[in-house]
Amino acid sequence: MDRLRRTMMFVPGANPAMLRDAILYGADSIMFDLEDAVSMKEKDSARMLVYSALKTFDYHSVETVVRINELNSGGKQDIEAMILGGINVIRLPKTETAEDIKAVDATITEVETRYQLPIGTTKMMAAIESAEGVLNAREIATASNRMIGIALGAEDYVTSQKTRRYPDGQELFFARNYILHAARAAGIAAIDTVYSDVDNEAGLKREAALIKQLGFDGKSVINPRQIPIINAIYAPTESEIQNAKEVLAAIQEAEAKGSGVIAINGKMVDKPIVERAYRVLAMAKAANMEVE
Amino acid sequence: MVVNKVGREIPKQYADQYGVYAGEEANLADYQLATKQVHPVKPRDNKQLASIHDAIVQTGLKDGMTISFHHHFREGDYVMNMVLAEIARMGIKNISIAPSSIANVHAPLIDYIKQGVVTNITSSGLRDKVGAAISEGILANPVVIRSHGGRARAIVRGDIHIDVAFLGAPSSDEYGNVNGTKGKATCGSLGYAMVDAQYADQVVVITDSLVPYPNTPISIPQTLVDYVVVVDAIGDPEGIAKGATRFTKNPKELLIAEYAAKMITGSAYFKNGFSFQTGTGGAALAVTRFLKEAMIENNIKASFVLGGITNAMADLLTDGLVEKIIDVQDFDHPSAISLGNNPDHYEIDANMYASPLSKGAVINQLDVAILSALEVDTDFNVNVITGSDGVLRGASGGHSDTSAACKMSMVIAPVVRGRIPTIVDQVTTVVTPGSSVDVVVTELGVAINPQRTDLIDMFKASRIPQVTIEELKTKAYQITGEPAPIQYGDQTVALIEYRDGTLIDVVKNV
Amino acid sequence: MMELKQIATAGTMESSDLMITLSPNETGLVIDLQSNVEKQFGQHIRALITEMLTKFDLTNVTVSAVDKGALDCTIKARTVVAIYRGLGKTDYDWKEINAWIA
Repeated sequence: MDRLRRTMMFVPGANPAMLRDAILYGADSIMFDLEDAVSMKEKDSARMLVYSALKTFDYHSVETVVRINELNSGGKQDIEAMILGGINVIRLPKTETAEDIKAVDATITEVETRYQLPIGTTKMMAAIESAEGVLNAREIATASNRMIGIALGAEDYVTSQKTRRYPDGQELFFARNYILHAARAAGIAAIDTVYSDVDNEAGLKREAALIKQLGFDGKSVINPRQIPIINAIYAPTESEIQNAKEVLAAIQEAEAKGSGVIAINGKMVDKPIVERAYRVLAMAKAANMEVE
Repeated sequence: MVVNKVGREIPKQYADQYGVYAGEEANLADYQLATKQVHPVKPRDNKQLASIHDAIVQTGLKDGMTISFHHHFREGDYVMNMVLAEIARMGIKNISIAPSSIANVHAPLIDYIKQGVVTNITSSGLRDKVGAAISEGILANPVVIRSHGGRARAIVRGDIHIDVAFLGAPSSDEYGNVNGTKGKATCGSLGYAMVDAQYADQVVVITDSLVPYPNTPISIPQTLVDYVVVVDAIGDPEGIAKGATRFTKNPKELLIAEYAAKMITGSAYFKNGFSFQTGTGGAALAVTRFLKEAMIENNIKASFVLGGITNAMADLLTDGLVEKIIDVQDFDHPSAISLGNNPDHYEIDANMYASPLSKGAVINQLDVAILSALEVDTDFNVNVITGSDGVLRGASGGHSDTSAACKMSMVIAPVVRGRIPTIVDQVTTVVTPGSSVDVVVTELGVAINPQRTDLIDMFKASRIPQVTIEELKTKAYQITGEPAPIQYGDQTVALIEYRDGTLIDVVKNV
Repeated sequence: MMELKQIATAGTMESSDLMITLSPNETGLVIDLQSNVEKQFGQHIRALITEMLTKFDLTNVTVSAVDKGALDCTIKARTVVAIYRGLGKTDYDWKEINAWIA
């Protein structure tokens, strides 16, 4: 089962209190931001703060991600510092082409080699924030073995599309689906964009329900209070869990009989249903629900 | 030195004078009510005086006497400063003051202490400047810190004898019928002042809103009042609500509040007719909000809410989610208005609220209380009076009273504040003994007092993360590092009374 | 021995942060620290700042720091950045830094 990425929480790299508290809120991934959340003249200090935080705080099993700057404007130093800090994933913003990913990949490889780390330890993900990026999503998703996911960055994207964000999300329909297809075809995660109206709980619920329905792994969040709301949307219902448990019991029964055919009440259970059952149970467990 | 039941060393002279803490109910014995001197008011007597000066003259206030004030105006209080200024101007010295609490606004007190005008203080709390000055040792006699219930007990039993009570009144008639719901600076309940009025030898009502006789409703009746003085302003309405009703957006406070609300809703107490008290501050208000959602969702109605009342509580009453508000103090304007308008919003005095020596306080009927803390230690002892630097800066309030009496006391606090660990080996000062504290709620999870095996059973299947208090302490110290021990002087600057009048701790100068 | 080239500052006055200013002098290390946790952590913070300066072999420095309850990792990070800024260098020696930031 893949790692859960229901929520990826942005943490501004220049804020010591938020770096300290980031672990508290139950995000599946924490994304330290060295890019847009940090002013040009504080790039050095944010980099050092996040590095120092990574070396100090126990982020447990939470996935640590860092949004770096472009390679030629501090990105190289970002990569070196973050790899030494022990980051799990380097996220490249504003990815347009597969070449962007390959360049970052090469830099990571160079750092891993220099510090005698196993090549490939550090993973990558790409944020796609333009029409060009969306149309290249397939190539981006497969540009490096390090890639674990692609994310939609909607604010820049809608601007490049000469529109803005609307409550119903129609303007993102194509980008979301295309990115999702590219991710699924490559076997990696698809992460939806942030919902920036932090006080609008109903709006966030609507959007989270939509992206769950489409098939996204989860969503980027900008405020910790959004995490339980999204997790609740992603939590399976009691009947989903019940069905999944029945499927699981049928598998065990089939195994006990040495039979390759899984059946519930005489009806055959297909492979996709089995896969969904495992996924439902993993989600239920992550949501702290009773599965035993 | 005498070591008390929570392991604190009490200097012998104070131990002899007050006794030392020996357990929550070890010193609740029968007693005789305090007596007071009464000067009858005859037909055609006029109670109204022209000034505070005249009131001081008329009451015969002199060196060595005890005067009292209430703190219902909180940071907006003008009364104590006005009265002390006049006392100082008149050259009266060696006064003991017994306000129900002291706020930042009372910083002029520092000068009166230095001038020898004020030589003894008892109070629930001491804030920034006054607290720091007392901690430096400017007052020769230690301040006696009393809880709200403890102060009521001390007055009723005669441990404090008030010669003259100077009571700010949002509205009064010329004969001294007072309430807190009408006037320019409405503070709502006058619960703390009501005890003073009942037991002080002489009562001076100070108001800025004189209304025609008879002023009703009557919180403090004419039968207890000697004199009435009208001044331009008794308090700043803005200051009354200061800091109390901030609605937090801090995600850590919200997380703690969410856990606290879930502990309440997950408890056996959460059923129709339950009762609770939450107090002020961002996290406590958020608990009320989360609780409200849960009450609506589960169709549960509370029988009463208690304590310091805020707008959030008044809304619960309006929305039909609680039957009654039992109110000893209000923290904002809307709750004061609610007291005036809603018959189910009921004013009580501090004796009825929390005294351990009354024939049953309301807190004895309370299910759940949400309380704050500056520090909690691994014995669950709570400090709400000194910072971890040893400096007096908080207030005892109703903390030890409510904790001891209610069915489930919950202390909510972050594990660390900045670089200060909140969950510690030993609290700097014990105000509430660990035996009274049932649950500690932090952002890292909830620690249930091991003595409450019933609660541990109750929450066995709970999904709220549960931790031990030792684990919380270890986590706190991992984050902050081990703080250096504080270097204290030899002077005792404050005595911390338990609600029964014995000493639970003392504070040394720093 | 290294010398600071210029006055340099790092950090903010926010809660949980340290704002540190380094100025070159000719007389040796002076640390002026204002901290809201002086009694509990003041000596520890001074020692930590000194340790970072020593790593760079800097002694002729006047340190002026305002601490709002910063943790060790923040104090180290702010001090190192102030040092690099004071030295006028942007090419951080991450290998070296990684050796002494635990």
